[in-house]
Amino acid sequence: MVIGLGHYLTVAAVLFTLGVFGIFINRKNVIVILMSIELILLSVNINMVAFSTHLNDIVGQVFALLILTVAAAEAAIGLAILVVFFRNRGSIAVEDVNMMKG
Amino acid sequence: MNTVLAIPSFAPALPEIILAAGALVLILLGALRGEKSAGTVSVIALALLVAALVAVFMLPAERVETMSGSFVIDGFAKFMKTLTLLGSIAGIVLSSDFMRREGITRFEYPILIVLATIGMLMVISANDLIALYLGVELLSLASYVIAAFDRDNVRSTEAGLKYFVLGSLSSGMLLYGASLIYGFTGTVSFPGIAKVLTGEVGTGVIFGIVFVAAGVAFKISAVPFHMWTPDVYEGSPTPVTAFFAAAPKMAGMAMTTRLFIEAFPGITGQWQQIIVFISLASMALGAFAAIGQRNIKRLMAYSSIANVGYALIGLAAGTAEGVQGVAIYMAIYLAMTLGAFACILSLRRGNVMFENISDLSGIARTHPIIAFCLAMMMFSMAGIPPLAGFFAKFAVFNAAIKANLVALAVIGVITSVVGAYYYLRIVKVMYFDEPGERYDAMPAGVKLVLAVSSIFVVLFGLVPAPLVSVAGAAARSLF
Repeated sequence: MVIGLGHYLTVAAVLFTLGVFGIFINRKNVIVILMSIELILLSVNINMVAFSTHLNDIVGQVFALLILTVAAAEAAIGLAILVVFFRNRGSIAVEDVNMMKG
Repeated sequence: MNTVLAIPSFAPALPEIILAAGALVLILLGALRGEKSAGTVSVIALALLVAALVAVFMLPAERVETMSGSFVIDGFAKFMKTLTLLGSIAGIVLSSDFMRREGITRFEYPILIVLATIGMLMVISANDLIALYLGVELLSLASYVIAAFDRDNVRSTEAGLKYFVLGSLSSGMLLYGASLIYGFTGTVSFPGIAKVLTGEVGTGVIFGIVFVAAGVAFKISAVPFHMWTPDVYEGSPTPVTAFFAAAPKMAGMAMTTRLFIEAFPGITGQWQQIIVFISLASMALGAFAAIGQRNIKRLMAYSSIANVGYALIGLAAGTAEGVQGVAIYMAIYLAMTLGAFACILSLRRGNVMFENISDLSGIARTHPIIAFCLAMMMFSMAGIPPLAGFFAKFAVFNAAIKANLVALAVIGVITSVVGAYYYLRIVKVMYFDEPGERYDAMPAGVKLVLAVSSIFVVLFGLVPAPLVSVAGAAARSLF
């Protein structure tokens, strides 16, 4: 069996969906949300590289590298915000992120 | 592999370069001098923003593309960059007294504002999907930190956390859409995409456009991606809320407009439905959900959702006149929202900020000037002539009717009548309820912002021509 563009796109779509559901269905821990965000960004990278190879065009791979660097910065900022939140609230459970509602 | 790389012309990016170089110097200054440099850093950051504003005015008026076509300057970019820079300047001017009283004067705040501003200027000029994504991320990453800036306050950090989680999700959707558009058109540049996408388009591209639309709708807090707005507005320190309501909205709207008008002009029929839907939903939710609010910052959040809905009417029209409406609407919205937040920032006694609508009761007797200015802002937001807000709504509704979107314009008028209820309720509380204790005198920066925006909102009706003609020229540069 030849592994073609469609297979890569399917894997990326499944990972993307898992990431989105990981954010909305997860009721336990904010760290899991950070992991889900990474999953979303990496699924996009699979898409980018697969398209780039398929189109024989380098731009997709350049885009993928830029996404990797931004994802690293994003994770760093996310963890930093999570640390200050933990200091104030003493918990990182999703159900405790509830001071404001309405 | 023997192409010679020419060094691109950097002149069109001069405002961004000034801000980027300045931000690096400020970080060094802050790191070397420590907390006591906060005042100096604020002043230099303001000077940088003003210098960038001057550089924007000196840019050529015609369209210039540079950096291999990923960065573009035209009349529209100049107009929106001016508004964005004004919003950022107000964000710093409004903050100094507040930060001192809350004991959170730190040199990072003006630097983060400058960094966010670079991101905003970049998205306004972005002419391909990579530049768009990088600009959005620079804007968002700085914004997450500013939202959590009062780091010992549980509400502020919670606002930062919520903003971060939902913002990252929306960046993911924007990227997923960008990857699909890239894959099915073979290019990331807006003019390239526009050339490929004409007539019938495949499902892949449609999915891509929907995902990208979801990503940008989040940045301008349009329904159904508005859920972060009330919480972030309520939790963030008030000057930060004022900044979020002003500058990023200008950049987000400019980005949305350029993306849809320049990248997808051949398939207007396809994306028009999406914009009409989010515009309708934003106007309706903004009008109805604000009615029950007691916190005035939350009320302003719903008000900004509704205002984005009205501005999107202009984009839904998809014509030069519609884009002119968007530009006029955003300029007037900037003045109204900054004026309203200046009034909110003046509700303070000693170290306590008052944020509830009931705290406004009777201030017409204790503080007649604040009450009058806030009443003018509220009448203007409700769209009552002869104040500026009326002309803003008139411009977008007029464009919608000319583009045969009569139903959209009619629903817009109906929701603005519903919205008038909660704006007028604030006026009623201020003028007819029993007064409480006096608040402290307004700090000078807040006074300045309030004076400028009130004069603009009240007197705009006398001389609307300059703004209308500049916005018209800006809009025509996109077509």
